[in-house]
Amino acid sequence: MSRPVQFPPSRSLRPLLAVLRVAGKAPSLAAGTLMLLAIVAIALGARHLTAYDPMDMVGSPFIWPGTDAGFPLGTDMMGRDILSGIAWGARVSLEIGVAAGLLAAAAGALIGAVAGFYGGFVDEVLMRVTEFFQTMPALLFTIVMVVVVRPSVATIVLSVALTNWPQVARLVRAEALRVSRAEYVQAARVIGMSRPRIVVTHVLPNVMTPAIVMISILAGNAILTEAVLSFLGLGDPNVITWGSMIGSGREALQTAWYMTAIPGCAVLVTVLALNLLGNGLNDLANPRRRGAQRGVL
Amino acid sequence: MSMAPRSPAKRRRPWPYPLRRVCQALPLVVVIAITNFFWLRLAPGDLADVIAGEAGAATPEFMAELRRQFGTDQPLALQFVAYLKRLVHLDLGWSFRYNESVLHLILDRLPATALLLVSALLLALLIGCAAGTLAAVSRWRAVDIAVSVLATLGFATPLFWLGLMLMVLFSAHLHWLPSGGMATLGVDTHGWARVRDIAAHMAMPVFCLAAYYLAIYARLMRASVLEIVGHDFVRTARAKGASRFRTVVSHVVPNALLPIVTMTALQFGTLFSGSVAIETVFSWPGLGQLSLDAVSSRDLNLLLGILFVSSLLVLAVNLITDLVYGWFDPRIEVQR
Repeated sequence: MSRPVQFPPSRSLRPLLAVLRVAGKAPSLAAGTLMLLAIVAIALGARHLTAYDPMDMVGSPFIWPGTDAGFPLGTDMMGRDILSGIAWGARVSLEIGVAAGLLAAAAGALIGAVAGFYGGFVDEVLMRVTEFFQTMPALLFTIVMVVVVRPSVATIVLSVALTNWPQVARLVRAEALRVSRAEYVQAARVIGMSRPRIVVTHVLPNVMTPAIVMISILAGNAILTEAVLSFLGLGDPNVITWGSMIGSGREALQTAWYMTAIPGCAVLVTVLALNLLGNGLNDLANPRRRGAQRGVL
Repeated sequence: MSMAPRSPAKRRRPWPYPLRRVCQALPLVVVIAITNFFWLRLAPGDLADVIAGEAGAATPEFMAELRRQFGTDQPLALQFVAYLKRLVHLDLGWSFRYNESVLHLILDRLPATALLLVSALLLALLIGCAAGTLAAVSRWRAVDIAVSVLATLGFATPLFWLGLMLMVLFSAHLHWLPSGGMATLGVDTHGWARVRDIAAHMAMPVFCLAAYYLAIYARLMRASVLEIVGHDFVRTARAKGASRFRTVVSHVVPNALLPIVTMTALQFGTLFSGSVAIETVFSWPGLGQLSLDAVSSRDLNLLLGILFVSSLLVLAVNLITDLVYGWFDPRIEVQR
């Protein structure tokens, strides 16, 4: 990295080199982005990648992966194509992840900014609400909500967002406390701007970073939660998801463990990609955290 | 403006901290109770419908009689007051699936879950802190990288899936460990044989539940140790002739543990959530499995009872951590 390039690279290579340089500085960001792009490609290209409907029984059951060219990842106990399930399941997982991540980050940012900026009673009440949501065991809360309301993609997104916004709110609140003492906020007050307007135009834009950085981690959380729910049989019954594939594969765990292993790996890789992306973004946002002092040891 | 500094008289604390902390927690309990009540009301159908469903058929007169008996024909506010009154008496209602009081059922299953949670937490703390410290102070970069990679994987693995995979390996293929339950069925053992039997059944669920927290603690401990190592007192310890090992064990680690304590309390709710899935996978007879049973038999009373009790448990753990915090780090007391 530090070695200077001897020959000036040709013009067409320059953007590529710039990308590589960023990748070298933030390997986790680069790896996460690449993996995520691949998963997005699989999700978007599900229609072209496979010829089968993931819900249809298209082959004979219990075909092991790699033994039949027509079914590269094999078939499950009902003869459904596993590759189709993975590809179509990627759509559902990413949809849920992105929607829940965005929702939780937006709600957390708004509540955190208001609590940090207003302070006093408003802060006290909002922080108690935050504590309330952090006290409830998240998965139990989600299970109750799904059971009471109805298992659907929307319910799952909503309940994941409901149980995850407090982390964002706490981070954002700390930032908002700092920002609310900044000179430009004081100036905005002096010229008589209303407080809601200050929150929207001055505080929020300056405290968004931690919330945005959190989106990908929250999306990973959401995907994990959805997988657990569908595994427990509480997912949306109208779509095929990785979690429900694990759940149905479990019945043949002893003999055909690949039915469980493959969708689980899909969840693992996707969440890993999102976490790497999130960690990379976090490093970019807080550069001084990297390269901590090793001290005398 | 609200940002004006408060007068010093207002700043002086009127009550000792523990009392203040408990008073802060009380409204939270009430809010949890309100939410529970709200969920019960929101659910389609009421208790009378459930009983009528179990009985097969019921006349409208019988339904009205049931509703009068349970008080569901009363105004909402009155129902809520009655609900609170029952909660104060620790009456969480009746489970029609098990034909037993909800509280009794929960207390019956609580020890199994507690055993699982505490063991997982201890395992995660022990190994996580050791791995994190090792990663931070080791002179081999490979150790640091290995711990980081494992921690990153631990964060991303669906725990219940890890459980299933371990089951395939250790139960189905190697036949080393039993695949589920808490003890071997039909065998009545005592003393050490029983302890060994339960330990064998515990091994996989505890490891699965611990995996995620291992990752958290390893990462947190690494960062915390790296920060502490830069302080002057570490240099002093080294300068006075303490060995590297001694410096780390008696000077660095105790100081680096504080964020771990905070994190443990914060994560207790998540730990509880994790046990729901793990208990289902390994058919561990705890609260998690009970809640899943409640879901499949539509026993909302039982499910909400579990949610209520587990929320209280998490709250209690957080409260206790807050209160013993001063013992871990006497400096905190001054700031309060």
